Amino acid sequence: MKEVINLPVKNIEEEEYHINMGPQHPSTHGVLRLVVSLQGEIVKSLKPHCGYIHRGIEKMCEKDTYPQIIHLTDRMDYLSAHINNHAVCLLVENALEVEVPERVKYIRTIIDELNRIASHQLWWCSFGMDMGGLTCYFYGLRDREKILDIFEESFGSRLLHSYYTPGGLMMDIHPDFQKNVKAFIKYFRKKIKDYDDLLTGNMIMQLRTKGVGFLSKEDAISYGVTGPSGRASGFSCDVRKHHPYGVYDKVDFKEILGTKGDTFERYMMRMNEMHESMRIIEQLIDNIPAGDYTAKMKAVLKLPAGEYYQRVEASRGELGVYCISDGNKTPYRMKFRSPNFSNLSALDHISRGVKIADLVAIGGSLDYVIPDIDR
Amino acid sequence: MDKATLKERILGLVPDAEFQENKQFLTFIIPPAKMHDLSLRLKSEVDLQFDYLFCLSGVDMVKFLEVVYHLESTTHKHQLVLKVRTEDRVNGAVDTVCDIWRTAELHEREAYDLMGIRFNNHPDLRRFFLEEGWVGHPLRKDYVDEVNIVEL
Amino acid sequence: MNFSIYDFTSFNQWIDKFLNDNLPAFWAIAVEMVIIGVAILLFYALVGLFLVYAERKVCAFMQNRVGPNRVGPYGFFQTIADFIKLMLKELIYIRNADQLLFNLAPFIVIIASFMAIAAIPFAKGLHAIDFDIGVLYVIAVSSLGVVGILLAGWSSNNKYSLIGAMRSGAQIVSYELSVGLSLVTIIILAGTMQFSAIVEGQANGWFIFKGHIPAFIAFIVFLISSTAETNRGPFDLAEAESELTAGFHTEYSGIKFAFFFLAEYMNMFIVASIAATVFLGGWMPFHVGGWAGFNHIMDFIPPFVWYIGKTFFVIWIMMWFKWTFPRLRIDQLLTLEWKYLLPINLVNILIMAFIVLMGWHF
Repeated sequence: MKEVINLPVKNIEEEEYHINMGPQHPSTHGVLRLVVSLQGEIVKSLKPHCGYIHRGIEKMCEKDTYPQIIHLTDRMDYLSAHINNHAVCLLVENALEVEVPERVKYIRTIIDELNRIASHQLWWCSFGMDMGGLTCYFYGLRDREKILDIFEESFGSRLLHSYYTPGGLMMDIHPDFQKNVKAFIKYFRKKIKDYDDLLTGNMIMQLRTKGVGFLSKEDAISYGVTGPSGRASGFSCDVRKHHPYGVYDKVDFKEILGTKGDTFERYMMRMNEMHESMRIIEQLIDNIPAGDYTAKMKAVLKLPAGEYYQRVEASRGELGVYCISDGNKTPYRMKFRSPNFSNLSALDHISRGVKIADLVAIGGSLDYVIPDIDR
Repeated sequence: MDKATLKERILGLVPDAEFQENKQFLTFIIPPAKMHDLSLRLKSEVDLQFDYLFCLSGVDMVKFLEVVYHLESTTHKHQLVLKVRTEDRVNGAVDTVCDIWRTAELHEREAYDLMGIRFNNHPDLRRFFLEEGWVGHPLRKDYVDEVNIVEL
Repeated sequence: MNFSIYDFTSFNQWIDKFLNDNLPAFWAIAVEMVIIGVAILLFYALVGLFLVYAERKVCAFMQNRVGPNRVGPYGFFQTIADFIKLMLKELIYIRNADQLLFNLAPFIVIIASFMAIAAIPFAKGLHAIDFDIGVLYVIAVSSLGVVGILLAGWSSNNKYSLIGAMRSGAQIVSYELSVGLSLVTIIILAGTMQFSAIVEGQANGWFIFKGHIPAFIAFIVFLISSTAETNRGPFDLAEAESELTAGFHTEYSGIKFAFFFLAEYMNMFIVASIAATVFLGGWMPFHVGGWAGFNHIMDFIPPFVWYIGKTFFVIWIMMWFKWTFPRLRIDQLLTLEWKYLLPINLVNILIMAFIVLMGWHF
């Protein structure tokens, strides 16, 4: 007699359809893997799986001296490398109570803002691409190239700079730096109109992003969503305003706050931030004081035993560096609170009930950089 | 609220909290059993309103494992650092706070993965970066990996 | 015998007579079929290659780039090099795929577009077959391609492919309506479904001008819906590379992928041809009433050039769409069709019928 096999009866309505977005997927911007359960086109829930590019930077820091650690921070959020460097430099300077020359503060602030613009330009490229408008990519890269050229001229690197050292800068800026930055601002003020013409004002883009991917202010705070994504929800989280560093307390700039908290608002935050960054640079570029490009530092830096925490505003949100020192030349424990890590935690909450295409747009508007999540 | 009044306020809430000297933040070591209740009150009480957990770190101090909570209030702009310690290195567990601050969910998974601190009542306590079945917790001081870590 | 580049009728008749004089009737027909088959196949391959090149150049132009410029003059042989590469590439064997359907799907897609091209008039007397229901035939045949896409998505055993195929199915079934109805608007005006007669009817003015505003609306609707029907951006939801990696052809490689690729471009060529033929006068030259000298110069340009010029103008518009717009979402895509294009079309047909009844058209 034939054996009867009892197959489990599944209700087809309840069966979930999982797809793996990533680790190789065009719109996860790296090796992030999202396990998305779908019902038709609608996202029911998603689970992020990370670690594909985990390099153990925190563990490596425990073996490295402070000037060496700066080179590791470049590799976290490589699009805001300068700002990451700045965080560690400030941490060391505050711990040692070193007074940094004014010139250094000015130059650091200008370069941080240039870096922020470059980062937002690349975000705009990839956001356009996520929406299906491939042309955006080339317009954004065209302008980003100008900033990278300025960087390259001054300190010879285009992506991973490690330009800041504890106490100052690796070398002085190029004599043409001010001229080139002013030329860039003039150029980019014209070219940013292209961005609006090509994508912001596009009806399809507005239809797809307005009212989609809502994140309330309470949730933004609770999930720790910072940076432009958090400010789009009305969460006033700009470290430059609340805990100023560099010369941010001397310049006049607005903290741009949104109200709606949807994908389009997050988009507009970054577009407006580029304008605001240009305003900051314009105020500073002519006033760089003369002086040394670095403070006098000891050859071997040993932080006094204790705990230090430094917050800076990276281009994607608040970057925190938590350092426990036991008085040696290497830290006892170094923890990086990376903005993308917290922003990612909100992705599941935001994208429930939206369509796959919206999920891609939301991911683009949160603008995560995977090496920063994995560290 | 300035640091002195905040200190009084916290000690009023948890009398056996241990104050720790720190130049930057007001720091307390909280007994693990009281952490969850304290967190709830810190978030809900009108004059405290610590609604933003901006960092959660696991630290291995060799004698004990420590979880460090960096808290800020977005309305009152004051900050606070809380520490919870557990001396059990194998099964040491503290209560989760991810029902209070949602961002803690991933941070606690990271702390569990790399530091081996367990969190009670966490909805999805799995390894976050490393694969399931990885032996050991890499950020601990006594972690040995002769293949991947080169001792100089 | 004499034949000119303005009228291929006598040339065709001459070949027909020559074959019939020298061969039995059955073999004469057979040889004619082979000649036409080979000619269309060659034309198909050439246009396909050229369109891929054109797309890359247009896209480069839109994106501030140079585009292909290394292989041959102005990179002209780039697509040929690409084609050789695609032919030589390994065909990856997909385990757990439905092998029969998986291999069949690219052929269905390419055969559908191949069949549609047969009915298109390239110049006077230069078309493979002149049905008296030509428009209906082209609509019917060109929509067969979706069967291939659905099969490809289903048989690949890949979730992205399946989602892509389902999107494609929903999309083509809906936009088929708009394509058909916008052509019906012109059929009312022309009074025939035969392509040669439609072109002849435009000797004294293209239908887009003759039919007042309804014809113009029909042209716009046709452009939108035919772009959607050919799965091109901003309606390329079936591929949607940022969402579904490559949609229905994720699992295809080598020559099978090339078939999908070629079919996409040929479908674009076909719909552009139909737009050129039905709305823009096919191979008829551009005339302005009263300007005898100008009209004479226009007549001097061969009809084939007119046809190609108009077709490529429409193709260029479609490429322009693709490289400037972001992609729509699936629900917006269906909203656009069912809530906007379809009602507009129906009203448009009524207006057109009224205009034709009253004899208000030119």
